[in-house]
Amino acid sequence: MQFKGNAFRYGRDVDTDVIIPARYLNTSDPAQLAAHCLEDLDATFRERVRPGDVIVAEENFGCGSSREHAPVAIKAAGVSVVIAKSFARIFYRNAINIGLPIIECPEAVDAIADGDVVSVDADTGVVRDETSGESFQAQPFPPFIQEIINEGGLVARTRKLLAEREA
Amino acid sequence: MTRPMTMAEKILADHAGLDEVVPGQLIECDLDGVLANDITAPIAIKTVRELGAGVWDRERIFLVPDHYSPNKDIKSAEQTKVTRDFAHEMGITHYFEQGCMGIEHALLPEKGIVGPGDLVIGADSHTCTYGGIGAFSTGVGSTDAGVGMATGRAWFKVPETIRFEIDGELPAGASAKDVILYVIGKIGVDGALYCAMEFAGSTVDSLSVEGRLTIANMAIEAGGKAGLFEVDDVARAWLERRCERPYKEYHADADASYKKVIHIDAADIVPQVSWPHLPSNTHPVAESRHITIDQAVIGSCTNGRIEDMRAAADVLRGRTVDPSVRCIVIPATQGVWLQCVHEGLMDVFIDAHCVVSTPTCGPCLGGYMGILAAGERCVSSTNRNFVGRMGDPTSEVYLASPAVAAASAVAGHIALPDDLD
Repeated sequence: MQFKGNAFRYGRDVDTDVIIPARYLNTSDPAQLAAHCLEDLDATFRERVRPGDVIVAEENFGCGSSREHAPVAIKAAGVSVVIAKSFARIFYRNAINIGLPIIECPEAVDAIADGDVVSVDADTGVVRDETSGESFQAQPFPPFIQEIINEGGLVARTRKLLAEREA
Repeated sequence: MTRPMTMAEKILADHAGLDEVVPGQLIECDLDGVLANDITAPIAIKTVRELGAGVWDRERIFLVPDHYSPNKDIKSAEQTKVTRDFAHEMGITHYFEQGCMGIEHALLPEKGIVGPGDLVIGADSHTCTYGGIGAFSTGVGSTDAGVGMATGRAWFKVPETIRFEIDGELPAGASAKDVILYVIGKIGVDGALYCAMEFAGSTVDSLSVEGRLTIANMAIEAGGKAGLFEVDDVARAWLERRCERPYKEYHADADASYKKVIHIDAADIVPQVSWPHLPSNTHPVAESRHITIDQAVIGSCTNGRIEDMRAAADVLRGRTVDPSVRCIVIPATQGVWLQCVHEGLMDVFIDAHCVVSTPTCGPCLGGYMGILAAGERCVSSTNRNFVGRMGDPTSEVYLASPAVAAASAVAGHIALPDDLD
């Protein structure tokens, strides 16, 4: 899958409370969650973000709570992919499970500036900063994780396994 | 002969039906329990319904409406109702209605629902708490929890383990909360990312089970997947009155291999405060006295157990909260509440001008029952101090032990109990 958009550049330890504050967790509706995505970190994110845009962040992106509402809010806000130096482990699982593409690529994070146009080939793991012309190769996912992604997320994969068990 | 293994490796291997596992290995395991709360359960329930196979075991799904209940608003009421209706429809035995409810991670060990050696996932990041009694438990998202509810299985990457050997006597006034804040301050909020944390040493041996649960609870604040304590005589005595079913103890092999072994001298662990906006931003209380406060919160899955209530009451007895401060006390379960009544602690709290709430996660995550206005500061025995965690994005949360939170409420600024004399 190919993505292309403008980079929104953030620092390290972007936590799930700033991705979607708990005061909005009285709903699980993606559109309502997206309306408040990142508002405590970047008050103008919501008005500036366009479909396909890319979040680029330092280490430990998504630390804190297990709320799946966080990757859901990011995805529903139109973000196509999150590139970070590392992800907090629950966020990592959640993103894969709900189908928000994520990429670990420290070199790309160091090189991409806020507002750069970035393209990503999620299949090959190639990240390209179109503004500077530089390309980077991300670490591929382990095969098991790739299988979950290829099958359309954890629910689709489990449904298939359950069907096989009955057959 | 299998390879020597850490606690985490042994529990995961057993639940995967394997003789041994190695860090980095991806495995699928049989679960002993799956937990969700009123915020995370509705999405997990949607997953269960999408799979269309019902639930795997109605006795091993734990549903605890604790975050926004008693319902804080109409939307919260709807979410709790989704959870309640599902529990009734599926005949879930461990659904805890308001009135029987407690904060999930205090409630499940107290009721003996989670026991040593169990493998539990929960759609709440502080599910790692049960490592305090030797269970491998870890937080996941709602989809993982929903699949677990439907199938009784989950996939794991076997984590590397970091072992913390803490020896010696804690300085006067330091508690289990100070131990874990100190550890997080030392290694950082991603210092144990993807890792299991194993705690050992003479300091740990001398801690109560409540203290061990407090430490395991905050493993996630260092990025950890689990925080594990071996079962010893202290734990066995605690479990005797609570966990009546058979359970399995797992002990790390002496020659197990660790990513790192970190030695800590308990004498270095003076009472700690984590300043905004990360739990790793620790400072000694002694260097934090200039910080005035508007609110103190004593409670949560981290520090809402009876030992925490006693520690707060010992400070508040015969004193009153500073008139410029609101002090909110939240016993974590109905059981802890009743114990507070029996021990006369409620009299202490009320006489000291504290608000005493029914069990809820409320203020800890900025839900309700103690939200901060712009620029306000709170000393809290909770677990996170991120931007906007307890209210307005310009408000500030300082994490500390129940005793320090209580002393600060009386002083009007961050303080040690000894400062009050």
